[in-house]
Amino acid sequence: MTTSDYDSLRPPDAAGGRRRGGRRTRRAAPGRIAGADGSREMPMVPEAEFTSYYGRPVVKPAPWGPEIAAYLFLGGVAAGSGLLAAGAQLTGRPKLRRNARLSALAAVGLGGAALVKDLGRPERFLNMLRTVKLTSPMSIGSWILSAFSAGAGVAAAAEVDRMTGERLPLGPLRRVLQVAEGPAGLAAALFAPPLAAYTAVLLADTATPTWNASREDLPFVFVSSASLAAAGLAMITTPVAEAGPARTLALLGVTGDLIATEVMHRRMDPVAAEPLHHGTAGRMLRGSEALAIAGGLGTLLGGRRRGVAALSGLALMTASALTRFGVLEAGIHSARDPRYTIEPQKRRLAARRGAGLTNDSITTA
Amino acid sequence: MGQLTGPTDPAADARWHDPGPRKGFFTDTSICIGCKACEVACKEWNRNPRDGDLELLGSSYDNTGALGASTWRHVAFIEQDRDRIEEARVSGRALVSLGMPGLGAPAPADPAAVSTAPPDTPEFRWLMSSDVCKHCTHAGCLDVCPTGALFRTEFGTVVVQADVCNGCGTCVAACPFGVIERRTDGTAAPGTKPGERKGEQPAVPNIGVAQKCTLCYDRMVEDQTPACAKTCPTTSIKFGDRDELVAQAEERVAELHAQGMTEARLYGANDLDGVGGTGSIFLLLDEPEVYGLPPDPRVPTADLSRMFNRAGLAAAGMMAAAVFSFLKGRS
Repeated sequence: MTTSDYDSLRPPDAAGGRRRGGRRTRRAAPGRIAGADGSREMPMVPEAEFTSYYGRPVVKPAPWGPEIAAYLFLGGVAAGSGLLAAGAQLTGRPKLRRNARLSALAAVGLGGAALVKDLGRPERFLNMLRTVKLTSPMSIGSWILSAFSAGAGVAAAAEVDRMTGERLPLGPLRRVLQVAEGPAGLAAALFAPPLAAYTAVLLADTATPTWNASREDLPFVFVSSASLAAAGLAMITTPVAEAGPARTLALLGVTGDLIATEVMHRRMDPVAAEPLHHGTAGRMLRGSEALAIAGGLGTLLGGRRRGVAALSGLALMTASALTRFGVLEAGIHSARDPRYTIEPQKRRLAARRGAGLTNDSITTA
Repeated sequence: MGQLTGPTDPAADARWHDPGPRKGFFTDTSICIGCKACEVACKEWNRNPRDGDLELLGSSYDNTGALGASTWRHVAFIEQDRDRIEEARVSGRALVSLGMPGLGAPAPADPAAVSTAPPDTPEFRWLMSSDVCKHCTHAGCLDVCPTGALFRTEFGTVVVQADVCNGCGTCVAACPFGVIERRTDGTAAPGTKPGERKGEQPAVPNIGVAQKCTLCYDRMVEDQTPACAKTCPTTSIKFGDRDELVAQAEERVAELHAQGMTEARLYGANDLDGVGGTGSIFLLLDEPEVYGLPPDPRVPTADLSRMFNRAGLAAAGMMAAAVFSFLKGRS
C-alpha cells in the first residue's frame, strides 16, 4: 500500500475482503440483525471493534474431531450408567443392574476407542499412563477412565457370565469374579461422577475462548447431560417396573441441564458466548434444549408406558449428544476467529486498568 | 506440582538442581528488516519440513502465515498509514501515563545529546516482527500435557520430546499464543494428494506429534546461540540471559521514547502478567493484536484449582442426584 495524490482515483476496497492487518474492523454481532425486531432473545454484545493480523486466528483450535465429541457423550453415558448399575445393585433391581452394567462397559469401550483414534499417534496411547500429572486434566482423566473401566469391566463380565449360563472360560477365576463383582460395581460408581465432570475441565483448561469462558458452569452442564443420557438409555433398555430411579434421574438431569446451561450463558463473556448461539453449534444446542424438554416431559407424563419411555429415552440421549457436539464445535469455532480471543481480552484488560490495576499487563512501556 | 501463577524461576520450580540463568530471546522489532533469515535458519537447523504449498497469501510480504508445527519463527509484515502510526504513538504513550512497571529504566547517558522533539510522523511504515514460541514462565502447553512429553529444561525453556508425545493435541488448545501445533504431513490442507505438491520434498519426520520452537535446546547444551539469533543480520533477535535481556529491552524502550517514538513498548517482560512473564520478550511498535499476539493472555491452568473445585461440586451433585433417585424409588 502506498499513499499518494492519486489514491482518490483508486477503486474502493472490495466489501467482505480479507481483513487487513493494522486496520480497524467494525463488525456488528450477527445476532443484532436477526433479533432486532424483538422476536427472539438477543445477546447484548458491545459494538465489535478490533484489530487483528489479516484476520488470522490468535490461538489454535484443538485438533479434535467428532471422535472427541463422541467420547464426551459416551463417557457421560458410561458414568451415568455406572451410577444406575450401582444403585440397582444396592436396591435389588437385577434387570436395571444388568442393563446399566452392560451399557457402562459398552459406552466406556466405544468412548475409549474414539479417544485413541483421535490421537496423532494412536499406537502410543498408553503413554497417557506413564505419569500422573495433577496439572493436566487429560492425565487425571485417563486415570479416572482407567479406574472406572476396570470396575465397570469386572461388573459387566460377571453379568455376561451369568447371562451365558456360566459358560465363559473362567475356571477358578469364576469364584473371584463373583466375589469381586459387587465391590467392582461400587468402585465404578465412585469414579463415575468424576468421569462425567472432568471432561468439562479438559475443555475449560484451554486458551480456546468459548470453552475457557464457560469454566465456572460447564461441569454442571456436563454432569447433567451425562445423567439424562444414561437415564435415557436405561429407560430404553429396562422395563418400566425397574426403571423408576432412571426416570427420576432423567428429570433431575433435564432440570439441571436447563438451569446450568442458562446460568452458563448468562455468566460468560458475551462475545465468548456468541459461538454457542450462532451457526452449527447454536442449532445443535437449541436442538438439544428442545429434545431435553421433550424427553423430560415424556418421562414425566408417560414414563410408565414402555413405548413413551423408550422414545423419551431416545430424545434424552440425542439431546446429550447434541450438547457435546455443540459445545465442541462452538469452541473450535471460537478459536478460528481472532475476534473471540482479542475482544474479551481487550475488555478485561481495560476493565482492570479502569479499576486501577495497572501492573499486570503483558504490554509495558 | 509447581507454582501455577505469579512470578517464579521456572527451572527451579521444575526442581532442576542448581539451574543456570534463564535463557531467552529479545526480539527488537524496531530494527527488524523482514529478511526472514531467521525462518530459514530455523528450518535448516531443526530440519523442519515445508509448510503448505508455497501459496502467495496476499498479506504484504508474509507468505508464511503463522507459527505452527513446522514453522518455529514467523516474520509478520504489517503496512500502516499515517493515522495508524499516530494511533500507535498515542496508545504507547498511554502505557507510560498508566505508570506501568518498566519505567525505572535508565535514561539515555547524555540527555542533551538526544533530541527529545518528536520526529516527523512518516506517511507510511512497515512493521516487521519475527515471532517465536514465548517459553512462558507458566506454560499452558507444558501444564496440560498428559504424557510428560513436554518438559522444562535447565535453561527455563519448554521443549517437546517427540518420541514420547502421543499426539493428543491438548497442548495445542492450551497455548494462549497459538504457537504449538500437531504436525500433519507438512501440507496446509491435509487432503492434498502427494502428486499435487510442488517440488520434491524429503520425508516429513514426527508426523502426528506436537512440535514447536525448542529455543535450539540441542545447540544450547553445547553453549551455542540458537540458529535464528545467530543468523539475524541486524541483531533484531538477541539471545542471552533473560534478566539481562529485560534490562536491555527496557533501556531500548526508554531510548526510543526519548526520541519521541512513544509507540515502542515491551511485550512479555512483566513477571506479573497472566503467564508470569515470557522467556521470549519483544519490543513492539503497536498494539500486540496488530502483530497477531493476544493483548491479555492468561495461562488457563492459572484457574485450574477453581475449575477442579467446580467440577468436584458438580460431581458431588451428580452423585447426590443418583442417590436421591434410588431413595425416592424406595419410599
